[in-house]
This record gives sequence, structure tokens and C-alpha cells, in this order.
Amino acid sequence: MHSRRDELIAILVILPSIVLLAIFVYAFIGQSIKASVTDWGQQAALSLNPEIHYVGMQNYKDLFTGFLGMRFRQDLTSMICFTALFVVVALAVGLGLATLIDHLVWGEAVFRTIFLFPMSLSFVVTGTIWRWLLQPRGGINQLPTLVGLPAGQFLWLSSREQRFAFDWAALPHYACWMLAIILAVLAWTNSRRAKPKTAGRQAVGAAALLVLAISGITRRLAILDFPEIHGFNVAIWGVVIAAVWQQSGYTMALYLAGLRTIPEELREAARVDGASRFQIYRYVELPMLTPITVSAVVILGHIALKIFDLIFAMAGPDHAPTSVPAITMFLKTFRGNEFAVGSAIGVVLLVLVSLLIIPYVATSFREGGDQ
Amino acid sequence: MPAKGATRVFVQALAVLLALVYLIPVYMTIVTSLKSPEEISHLKAWSMPASGANWSSYSTAFSKFAPYLKNSFVLATAATLLSASMGAINGYVMSKYPFPGSRVVMPLIVFGMFIPYQSILVPLFQFLQKTRLYGGLPGLIVVHVVYGLPITTLLFRSFYAEIPDELLGAARIDGAGFAGIFRYLILPLSGPPFLVVGIWQFTQIWNEFLFAVTLARPDAQPITVALANLAGGQAVSWNLPMAGSVLAALPTVAIYVLLGRYFVRGLLAGALKG
Repeated sequence: MHSRRDELIAILVILPSIVLLAIFVYAFIGQSIKASVTDWGQQAALSLNPEIHYVGMQNYKDLFTGFLGMRFRQDLTSMICFTALFVVVALAVGLGLATLIDHLVWGEAVFRTIFLFPMSLSFVVTGTIWRWLLQPRGGINQLPTLVGLPAGQFLWLSSREQRFAFDWAALPHYACWMLAIILAVLAWTNSRRAKPKTAGRQAVGAAALLVLAISGITRRLAILDFPEIHGFNVAIWGVVIAAVWQQSGYTMALYLAGLRTIPEELREAARVDGASRFQIYRYVELPMLTPITVSAVVILGHIALKIFDLIFAMAGPDHAPTSVPAITMFLKTFRGNEFAVGSAIGVVLLVLVSLLIIPYVATSFREGGDQ
Repeated sequence: MPAKGATRVFVQALAVLLALVYLIPVYMTIVTSLKSPEEISHLKAWSMPASGANWSSYSTAFSKFAPYLKNSFVLATAATLLSASMGAINGYVMSKYPFPGSRVVMPLIVFGMFIPYQSILVPLFQFLQKTRLYGGLPGLIVVHVVYGLPITTLLFRSFYAEIPDELLGAARIDGAGFAGIFRYLILPLSGPPFLVVGIWQFTQIWNEFLFAVTLARPDAQPITVALANLAGGQAVSWNLPMAGSVLAALPTVAIYVLLGRYFVRGLLAGALKG
């Protein structure tokens, strides 16, 4: 048992760290939230005793539905597209690399080192190198000429093309469709699992939402007075490639560590039952990697939502086709002195990241018990 | 498990091919950095420097970057030492002296390493201005120490959790208290954790950009900001940013190559369950 005195010393020793984090994390988040509901900006930002007024949710309203928030809304769309693409591609490449390395006969350490080394670079270095490689007439587009083909023409970072265009004003309408589809799928799976009551309720919900969507009622719930088209900026591909090059080694390392912890007896048992090599991979190894996929999605997802350095280095902060909210936050705050708007964007990012991170941290600490 | 039969050759060849693809950026960076500005053209991007290696890009880049490299060294070394030391003590307390509420405090601490720093940047900026720490290296060091505490605390806590409590009990019977146990039992066992945490923190801080670009005056800027400014400038001759990238990457890549095992341990531990 610890003596009373030692317990007291322990608390005193850790107290400074706790106080620092309480201030730098939690109190600062509180201050950001407070600043985001004011009109703190421009001239007022620079004076010693700025006159700041409370404006309620106005900054958030402007960002999501105001006339001047258009850039932010495209940024948000780009960020979500980037996150989805980056996470899916990095997971697939990482799993592929891990599987490959697991089957190697020789040179495992060398290949592991090569695939993982970009992780030791900064996003700024990665971005600088890929900025050069992805120039319109740069190395990657010249690649086909090495084997006598015509040079590529793709504008990796500067394309102004937009795919999957949608009208921001009609977001409630799309949301209604989406919810209806999700409920319908849930109802179907529940009916197959012989849970008729839940399935029935979900089916009714889906039908009601479908009626709303088809009848055009949700169409009239436009959140903007004007149609505003956003979509997937094709230029994001360039950023995805650089990010995957840098981070796929990380998913590889996670998956490889996972593959190595699968007990050999499990594979042996499957082999005795007559499973082929591929069947062992598909039905024994892959299912055991699911928890790793969950971790990787959360870690990569939160990196993607915060992505800033890479885009800054690859295309600069003023390049709209590759911009994301983190970049706009920087411009608004440090170039435009619009501290309230900058804080509001920061809070939006915090909410999005928290949706991923809070459940993850909470379950890790609950499952792991004390340690 | 290694492949058998004909797949062996296929697997091995595929690995070589992919490794070459992953090394493309490295090749292009080095080749471009060794060309003279006149020789850099898009059409010959892939070719080796025709007129021999032009090392002057490196001396030019180094003379341009020396002050920023020095800033990064001071910043990363100081912040790593401080945050690792504090993390060691915190981890010791968290794993061996749990206090009422420590099970709630730990996730709250760890949450701090995941937040987007944009959500604290405005108050942080103001705080540094009020305390006159804004713009210089001491301010940046403080920032990196504080935001490094979650990961260093977490890493040390999981290392120290593996030290059996019986050992501590034995030391206590011998009359050692909180400080004595740390000094004579825990610290001597702390070599590997300090290496893992130190490498992790040094790499993170060396590579960091958001705080660097918003909280440092030009004379205190770390290398990442200097590199982004150089490459983002107008009409760059690409041999310089490429040589600069090599210089900026060298310390962390060297650490990775020499101490990769410890680097990976930090990497995996950062994923909480990993």
C-alpha cells in the first residue's frame, strides 16, 4: 500500500500537467466557442480593448447558409471528399502492402522500411516534392513518355472540374433521401434477422420519408435563397495521392502487427479442415483485422479532417480548388483578422473530429480497463 | 506466412515493383536537386543531371536554411526533453499512484492530442501575446510541451504499467518513497520508453507546421515554414526546394533509418489499442 504522504506527492506532481491541459485544451476550447458567437473581427481585432458584441449563432448561420460562406461550403465538401477517398485508399493500399509483406520469402525488413519511411517526413516536405511531381507538365504526367506514349494531360492540383455536383440549398432534401435509404436498408436486414417489430417500424419511417422526398415538400425547405452548386473537386486527387504515399505505410504497419498476432494454431486448424490459402486469408485473417481497421479509420479520418500542412505546401493557401476549412480558418484569422469567424470554423472542425474521436477514446479506455 | 511455389516469384516481383513506385519521389527529389537551374525542364524531369552533379543547390539551400534549421533543432530538442520528462512523471503517477478520478482524467488528457488545433488557435494566439511569449522560440516550446503532454503521458503510462507492482512493494519495504522508487527503480528501466517517446516527439515537433506558421515571427520560424515559403514563392527554380526538402527531411529520416524499431513502436502506440 502507498503511504498517505506518497499519494499526496503523486497528486501534487501531476497537478501542473493537468492544470496546463485544462487551460490549453478545455478553457481555450471554451474561449473559442465564446469568440465564435461574437462579431470580433477586422478593426476591432487589432485594438487593445476591442469592442465586441454578442451575435448569437450568426457566424455559423453565415458559414452554412449566408451569401459569403460559399467558399467555406465548398471547403467542407472538399474536406469530406478528401477524407473519404484518403481513408479508403490508404486502408486498401496498407492492407495490400501488409498482405504482400506477410507473404514475402526474403527482404521483409527492407520492403517494410521503404514503404514506411514516408511517415518520417513532414507533410510540408511531402507536399513540396509532390507539388513538383504533379505540375501540369511535371514528372508524373511525363511518366508515359518514358515508354514512348504521349504525356499525360491531367491537371492534378489545378483542375477546375467538379464531379457529383449537388445543390447546397437542397441539402435537407438530400438528407431526407439518404435517411430513407438508410432506414430501408436497416428494415431489410432486421426483417432477415427475424425482428419483424423493429423492421416494421423502420419500414414505416422509410416510407414516410420517401413520401416527403418524392412529394417535393423537402424540396421547398431550401436552406439558401439561391441555388448553389458544390461538388467533388477533381484537383483533390493530387492531394489524396501525396497523402496516401505518406500514410499508407502506417496502415501497413498496423495491419502487419495485426497479422503477426494471429495465433498460428488458428491457421493450422483451418488448414486441417481443408481451407485453401485464400480461404484462410479471407475467413480467418481478415476478420481478425477488423478492430485494426476501426482504429485506422479513426486515426486516418481525424488526420484527414484536420489536413492543412499538406495542402498549404502543395497548392498554397489561396488555391480554391484544393482548399479545406482548416485553410480558410487560417486565412480568415491570420490574414483577415476575422477572429470570430476563424473561431467558428475551428469549432466546426472540433465537432466533426469529436464525432470520430470521443467514441474511440471512450471505448479504448473502457475496454482496456485500467491499462 | 511466406508464399509457396510459383506465387513466391510473383509476390517477390510485385514487392520490388511497388518499392520502386514508392521510391519515385525520392529519386525525383535527388535528381532535381542535383541539376543546375538551366537544366531543369519538364521534358527531362526523369533524366539524370547531364553535366554531372551540381552540388551548389545544397550549399545555397543550406546557407538559406541554416538559421531555420537551427530554430527547429532548438525547438524540437527543448520541447522533446521537457515534454518527455513531464510525461514520464505523469505516466508514473497514472500507472502506479492512481488517485480518485484518475480514470476520468486520463481520457480527458488523451482527448487533447486529437483535437484540431484550429479550435484553440485564437485563444492560444491571444494568450501568447498577453504573456509576451508570442513570436519567439520560448513561446513555441511552451506550446509544443503542453500539447505533447497527452501522448507522452499515455506512452509512459503504458510502459510503466508493465513494471510489476511487486517490485514497487519490495522497494517500499526497503524504505523507498515516491521519489526514491522513481529514481532507483523506475528510471533505470526507462531507457527504451525515453527513446520511443523522444523519437516520437522530436519527429512530430520537427515536422509541425500549423503552430510554426501562425505563432512564430520570421526570425524564429522553424524549417517547415521556411521550406513552404521557398517552394510557394513565385518563379522558383526547383533544384532549391528539392535540396531544401532533403535538408529538412534529413534529421527525421536519419532517426527513422537508425532507430526504426523505436519509431514504429511510438507509431503503433499512438493508435491507443494498437
